[in-house]
Amino acid sequence: MSIEQPFETIPVEALRARAQALRDEGWRLVQIGATRLPDQLELTYSFDRENRLANLRLALPGDEPKVPSISSIFWCAFVYENELHDLFNLHVSDLAVDYRGHFYQTAVKFPFGSTKPPAAKPATPQPAAAKA
Amino acid sequence: MARTVIPFGPQHPVLPEPIHLDLVVEDERVIEARPSIGFIHRGLEKLVEKKDFVEFTYLAERICGICSFIHGQTYCQGVEGIMKIAVPPRALYLRTIWGELSRLHSHLLWLGLMADAVGFENLFMHSWRVREKVLNIIEATTGGRVIFGSCKVGGVRRDIGPEAAEGMLADLEIIERDIRDITGIFLNDRSVKDRLCGVGVLSRKDAYDLGCVGPTLRASGVAQDMRQLGYAAFKDLPVQPVTRTEGDSFARCAVRCEELFQSIDLIRQALAKIPAGDIAVKVTGNPNGEHVERTEQPRGEVFYQIKANGTKHLQRFRVRTPTFANLPALVKVLQGCELADVPVLVLTIDPCISCTER
Amino acid sequence: MPYFKMTRLALKWAVRKPVTTRYPFEPRIAIPGSRGLLEFAKETCVYCNVCAKKCPTGAIVVQRAQKRWTIDRLLCISCGYCVEVCPKKSLSLSTAHGAPSVTKDREYHGT
Repeated sequence: MSIEQPFETIPVEALRARAQALRDEGWRLVQIGATRLPDQLELTYSFDRENRLANLRLALPGDEPKVPSISSIFWCAFVYENELHDLFNLHVSDLAVDYRGHFYQTAVKFPFGSTKPPAAKPATPQPAAAKA
Repeated sequence: MARTVIPFGPQHPVLPEPIHLDLVVEDERVIEARPSIGFIHRGLEKLVEKKDFVEFTYLAERICGICSFIHGQTYCQGVEGIMKIAVPPRALYLRTIWGELSRLHSHLLWLGLMADAVGFENLFMHSWRVREKVLNIIEATTGGRVIFGSCKVGGVRRDIGPEAAEGMLADLEIIERDIRDITGIFLNDRSVKDRLCGVGVLSRKDAYDLGCVGPTLRASGVAQDMRQLGYAAFKDLPVQPVTRTEGDSFARCAVRCEELFQSIDLIRQALAKIPAGDIAVKVTGNPNGEHVERTEQPRGEVFYQIKANGTKHLQRFRVRTPTFANLPALVKVLQGCELADVPVLVLTIDPCISCTER
Repeated sequence: MPYFKMTRLALKWAVRKPVTTRYPFEPRIAIPGSRGLLEFAKETCVYCNVCAKKCPTGAIVVQRAQKRWTIDRLLCISCGYCVEVCPKKSLSLSTAHGAPSVTKDREYHGT
């Protein structure tokens, strides 16, 4: 277990600035996770440096959760953000590698709950739009 | 030059578990790889609403077959962290011993699969022959070969008596001799080196920025091992991370080979230092709070976020497994490789897709 | 020579007898302590229902009024939780493997 595990709650607008600051100090991304609470979607961004963990907490309103992507700062974030989109129906803008819903193939769309009905499936799978 | 898209997986003889990769290929050279997962998604994280937190240990263990014990151990450590339970020291040592046996099992299995991927079936069979001896030790001490079922919230369920410990030490002597033979071949044989050296080089900066964990990270020179955090008995058994600097597939293979010897050494030290005492404490009440737990699985760092709200069902159980963290590295490493190297590269990050998709 | 590191190992194992057990010509030696089939001792059971409550898969179903203890063998994962909690020690895990079956039956013990 980590020696200290600070959880810092920040508003959505401050996310990119904080992520850039952590990147400049040499932290790396560990995970992005989401918890569906009854009235909101709670995101946790975890960063690690030399075995110390720092967590950022965001609370998003339940019905149209939108968050900017940090994949231009941490490229590896695209896997977590695509997974959260496919499981929780979280809208992430400006993804570096956007699978448009086809990263995590499940029989039921958004298995971890979504307050909006799922969108109509596209006729043919779209190729991923990759911007390096 | 025309580009073709070759779908690789989910059914493929070389893949241990189903993952789908769309390889954009130009004349046998891979330009880009797009992974796609979800074939083995069982929704284990949603089952917290149905099973109470004590029973959930069985589910946490069954997330994966190879990394099973350490998943159970991390879950128990997470719940014990929320409920502030002090586990007796003997249980901590026992968990460490089983965790290291699990690491031996996993690395031997991986060595066999890697030999199979390069076509060296004889070496594959020998690696798995040695793995059988490790599984016999595990079955004698815990009752199960792959799913141990010996961790519970508050301690462990079974003890290792003095005769069992003696037997284990004697078996480990034979296993160490056999591992020395096999790793000698892996690290020195020309045909294995031809397939692994220089393939899939990951620089130190890339490995750190892409969020790699485990042997993939340590083979590129970053000395980070979650066992340094000192969970279980690791505060008394210091671990020096095994690193290499080249960052290619051969370096990742060499790191895992050296970790085998490190694990045997840790088991011997733990058996020598294990204190007498209870193996479990009684657990009453329900957890309330949040805790993040990180441990070192054979494949890397696993991250557990457990949130409880005072009822007997947990509110959230989030697992981020090491293979999920190594997926961006896989995408990066596959760019520019030859088509024949794709199986070697997919295996070199040690994919455990059932962990990834829970 | 670097190509022939494997020769020593291959020749050694070419003359040894195989490691695998030639089952069924050789008997299977079960490792003591291995978790296999669940055994039920009807004489000591008091039908208290604790084993059924603790069973994680729901393999054990106890009907208290009719004094019947049933188990679905295919659902049992041999975890041993019921063995630990039984107050009368009527349950134990043997090292035998379960028999294969083509139907999902419940095994009934009792009246």
